[in-house]
Amino acid sequence: MATKPAIDPYRHPVNDPMIDPVTGEFAVIAPGHNFTSVTRKIANVVLTSHTPLGWFMGLVVAGGIASMGVVAITWLVLKGVGIWGVTIPGAWGFAIVNFVWWIGIGHAGTLISAILLLFKQSWRNSINRFAEAMTIFAVVCAGLFPVLHIGRPWLGYWLLPLPNTMNIWPQFRSPLCWDVFAVSTYATISVVFWYMGMIPDFGTLRDKAQLPFAKWFYGLLSLGWRGSTRHWMRFETASLLLAGLSTPLVLSVHTVISFDFAVAALPGWHTTIFPPYFVAGAVYSGFAMVLTLAIPIRKFYHMEDLVTIRHLDNMGKVMLCTGLIVAYGYGMEVFMAWYSASHWEWFMMWNRMFGPMGWGYWLLILFNIALPLGSLWWRRLRTNVAYLFTISIVVNIGMWFERFVIVVTSLYRDFLPSSWGTYRATKWDYMLYIGTMGIFTSLFLLFVRLAPMIPMNEIKMMLPQTKFDHIDAEETMQETM
Amino acid sequence: MPVEEGLYGLLAEFNTPQAMVKATVAAREAGFRRMECYTPYPVEEAATALDVHRTRVPLLTLMGGVCGLTTAFLMQTWMSAISYPINVAGRPLFSWPAFIIPAYEWTILFAGLSAAFSMLALNGLPQPYHPLFNAPNFRVGATDDKFFLCLEATDPKFSLVEARNLLEGFRAVSVVEVDL
Repeated sequence: MATKPAIDPYRHPVNDPMIDPVTGEFAVIAPGHNFTSVTRKIANVVLTSHTPLGWFMGLVVAGGIASMGVVAITWLVLKGVGIWGVTIPGAWGFAIVNFVWWIGIGHAGTLISAILLLFKQSWRNSINRFAEAMTIFAVVCAGLFPVLHIGRPWLGYWLLPLPNTMNIWPQFRSPLCWDVFAVSTYATISVVFWYMGMIPDFGTLRDKAQLPFAKWFYGLLSLGWRGSTRHWMRFETASLLLAGLSTPLVLSVHTVISFDFAVAALPGWHTTIFPPYFVAGAVYSGFAMVLTLAIPIRKFYHMEDLVTIRHLDNMGKVMLCTGLIVAYGYGMEVFMAWYSASHWEWFMMWNRMFGPMGWGYWLLILFNIALPLGSLWWRRLRTNVAYLFTISIVVNIGMWFERFVIVVTSLYRDFLPSSWGTYRATKWDYMLYIGTMGIFTSLFLLFVRLAPMIPMNEIKMMLPQTKFDHIDAEETMQETM
Repeated sequence: MPVEEGLYGLLAEFNTPQAMVKATVAAREAGFRRMECYTPYPVEEAATALDVHRTRVPLLTLMGGVCGLTTAFLMQTWMSAISYPINVAGRPLFSWPAFIIPAYEWTILFAGLSAAFSMLALNGLPQPYHPLFNAPNFRVGATDDKFFLCLEATDPKFSLVEARNLLEGFRAVSVVEVDL
């Protein structure tokens, strides 16, 4: 088993079992694991009959917050969107801010599960399962907002191309209609990819379960998986194909969401930088959320040997890279506002920075650019777990402010001063927003308890015992048994 | 369905993937064809030994994608230009550049669903019952840390003695008969 490095790891690479002596990199998996120990470690979290007390406490707190969100939704359905702060001109408000924020968070899950798979980044194997779960739960939370924002959620099916008594069809030239296609496809493919990846692990849980109910439950979910080589080959092919399909999908989803803004003629929205800058921002906030989730979970379930410092370090690097793209986006927005020589564009940018809501812009620059991008360059800080956890929360807040700035400061002062207004969120806005965090956390806690949060079969593939060119592979096997 | 009786095959258990693959190669050289490896994670070398690399999943995925693309594009064209034409701000009824985006999404949707469901269908899953689950040691190890090779009784070359001799020559932990 891995021991915690007692000394500063990068000063004593020779003494540290977590550091690869050849490359000097942190090991992806702590040494000393074999097939059985991986199975036992991951399956025990699910199959144990002693659920940790902390889990129950977490569920109670998250469930309480989620019920606050349910109250907010109920009151909204009874009274209408007038209870929110949305008015003209600020007609989009929190609903769209939160929608874009949640969808963006989901994107890192797909990036980890699909794009890093195509790039053969095997370190992703430890974190892809719960990153995918995060994607799905984030999309659930995101999906609530536009449906509630349409005012009469029970008529939400009008958005779908279904025959109806009025004989009319959706408006396919509208970006809002494209959203419906993009987000519903994204949700469906994410669920399919996630569940398909879990089938072999459900087979393991079925075989390891002791309780009759658990045997039955995981037996049902495993669909009778038995690990046949022909099955594995089709499974691997299907996984690669789904990864190849999810990659253009995840890029298209936030692109389509940026079209909601970019296709409109409003200063601050009508810009071609939006699609790439939205996608980069989405991945940035998503990796921040993966860190926010992974750091407490690996600590709570003692998964430090499977989700190692290497993972945290790599995620810090991805955040640094996507954060720089986002910073370029901010810079370009300002530059184009000036270079366009458009009076309204330039006023919008001045108003965004120094108008009544200018504090939002500077908070965004501080949280999204200054603090993380100033510090993530240092390996010492990227490998400092407490610091990384703090910075992940800072980036999550910063990315929320980014969407707030884009939505609100562009809307509330447009072309004609006589139609200017302001935007102020009400307590119902806050209750619903915080409520979705409770929904997200509750779903995530249930997932961690009921499903294998780290893919056992993919971790086993990374062990040295699997190597056929390993000179004394059989001896290694005997030793570790 | 009639109750089937008899032997499903001979199941050998190995501690390492390397030993299992050696046995598989030897069994194939000895002329066995109806056989299968069972492993807790995908073992490329076993697929090479069994010669089962080719699958029809990619073809079915492509067909799903083409189907999704044409469905979405034709649906939008029909709904916007034929079924209920509405003039929206003077835009053409057949606004094909706008239709590309939902068509793109449905290409991915149909292709992705085809990949996942064709994988399940070709694998014959869900299949809650399989004769191998009768073997006493199969469910203990096959999804955890053991590697299995099963020579199936339907192979024309299969004979209990010959198959057992072959498997026991390869450091198998155990060789058991599996009933149907």
